Amino acid sequence: MHPKRKQRLIVALVIVVLSSVTIGLITYALRGNINLFYSPSEVAAGEAPIDRQIRVGGMVVEGSVKRASDRLETRFDVTDFVHSVTVTYDGILPDLFAEGEGVVATGKLGANGAVTASEVLAKHDENYMPPEVAEALEKANAQGSMQ
Amino acid sequence: MWRIVHQFGSPPWVYRFCDRVIPWLLPITVVALLTGSIWGLLFAPTDYKQGDSYRIIYIHVPAAVVALAGYYVMALAGLVSLVWRVKLADTAMRAAAPIGAAYTAIALITGAIWGKPTWGAWWVWDARITSMLILFFLYVGVIALFEAYENKTVAARACAILSLVGTVNIPIIYKSVDWWYSLHQPASIKFTGSSAIDASMLYPLLGMIISFYALFALLMMLNLKQSLTEEYAQSAWLNKRLTA
Repeated sequence: MHPKRKQRLIVALVIVVLSSVTIGLITYALRGNINLFYSPSEVAAGEAPIDRQIRVGGMVVEGSVKRASDRLETRFDVTDFVHSVTVTYDGILPDLFAEGEGVVATGKLGANGAVTASEVLAKHDENYMPPEVAEALEKANAQGSMQ
Repeated sequence: MWRIVHQFGSPPWVYRFCDRVIPWLLPITVVALLTGSIWGLLFAPTDYKQGDSYRIIYIHVPAAVVALAGYYVMALAGLVSLVWRVKLADTAMRAAAPIGAAYTAIALITGAIWGKPTWGAWWVWDARITSMLILFFLYVGVIALFEAYENKTVAARACAILSLVGTVNIPIIYKSVDWWYSLHQPASIKFTGSSAIDASMLYPLLGMIISFYALFALLMMLNLKQSLTEEYAQSAWLNKRLTA
């Protein structure tokens, strides 16, 4: 290769490597801010600030959803299968909200460790399948757990 | 081998190459896009949780995939232009930018349309969506930077450096859903192991991804031809070609 071109190639590669390292270090330093939400374990460890707007994400615990009879208020537990956080929300839940599904709740963490949410978003997982396949899977699972 | 590589630096050769490929690529792309859309929108089964709203995946995912791949095309052209000073590489870099910007915009807009009924929000500042927005700004930035200079050689050099620096964003977009907590779900199509999307939905999706790649190549060639026509309007080879 022509020495001049070789030099330019090295300069170009150095630009790419240096900018990657810089941005890598910045995103590493800011990783706490890039995370969209706190996990219930982080909340339990006291990493989430109290009385400030935060987001908590995880799975809705099966059987934990309790709806008030006269208002929209709903109370449910969000878990990462290690710790769980109670969330209360007075509003309309998204269609895909269900027990055993992922959610991200925005709200304030009280001193009692519960979150009063102002917004609840459903977190869809990466699984896509036709209803028949989902049914078949459920059946197979049910049979598997009976044995 | 080098002779073949050198041909890609020759404007008359590339112009003729585009002229030969486009009549084939155009009908193939149209048929592939139509087949993929009809298959995905009408014949693929509904999703067990989302119903029919999931079908936007057949536009959203292909647009996003090719938006990322297209960035590498632009950055690679930038590298060639920077190191080997091939004028045609500048043209290729400029040709890729608006197409990539359009693909990125389609991915962002379809994502928002899907996000409202699925998540309950049009827009969330999570890592995937934000890094995708940065990709859009990078594409638009390259277009704007090129127009900002009077001297087009200097303009091309500045654009090449910008697009090279921007390549760091591509793996960030790709891995964002694994590295950080985000609202966007991780990838359904997996290169290793079984995909999290059922085969009856996956095949039309792969078909659409291939169609979107074909469309990218087609638009790229049309763009290249147009730029070459402008740049070499006074050249004997082009006039001979156009009058022939």
